[in-house]
Amino acid sequence: MSSTFDTIANIIAETCDIPRDSITPDSHAINDLGIDSLDFLDIAFAIDKAFGIKLPLEQWTQEVNDGKATTEQYFVLKNLSARIDELVAAKGA
Amino acid sequence: MRLEYFQLIDRIVDLNLADRKISSEATVPTTSTIFEGHFPGYPLMPGVLLIEAMAQTSGWLVVALNRFKRMPFLAAVKEAKLRTFVTPGQKLAITAHLEHDGSGYAITAAKIKCGGKLICDATLTLRVLDFPNAEMGRQMRETADRIGLQVEAPVNG
Repeated sequence: MSSTFDTIANIIAETCDIPRDSITPDSHAINDLGIDSLDFLDIAFAIDKAFGIKLPLEQWTQEVNDGKATTEQYFVLKNLSARIDELVAAKGA
Repeated sequence: MRLEYFQLIDRIVDLNLADRKISSEATVPTTSTIFEGHFPGYPLMPGVLLIEAMAQTSGWLVVALNRFKRMPFLAAVKEAKLRTFVTPGQKLAITAHLEHDGSGYAITAAKIKCGGKLICDATLTLRVLDFPNAEMGRQMRETADRIGLQVEAPVNG
């Protein structure tokens, strides 16, 4: 079974036509990979489908805008993977 | 269709919130300045307006599902296929189904048929945002009333 990170990286590579080997756990989706908000909707849709969850993008964006969180907390891929694992665990609880 | 106002839907025919589906109808006007240019001597309904009709039908579905609390805006069009010409006077049957209700966005699958024949289809992405002002929300409810979209709006909406 592939890891959460591998699944996300494959989705990003396919959705945004980014070479898979350039996507690492430390990649920042926006700052390093250059993914814009519209492309991120496609990624979110694919993640929602793959994991059976609903990424709380609006909540995350609000927290960043309010200064309560940094973009790194949600958009560095290892952190995004951790958030997804939390959402999957919460769904199964 | 009120092409001059970019309001393409004449009437909501069916709304099924449980199944997240909507059906609407729209008749292409027999005359419009659009047809003078598209094309001279051979009037055709522009394909982008067919896509817009699918987007507006999808939008009404999203508005109905969130009961006028938020406004959908077209963000992306995928797998759009314009299968045959549409000409002035034709009556279109438009359907949309909510494929995914995301956080701040929605994905719909929409189709247009004419006389039972599939005319076009597409997968649409809509950003779903708060109404930018109260006036827009009011205008949307007025248009909804005109086209027969019957959904209970929030009291304070």
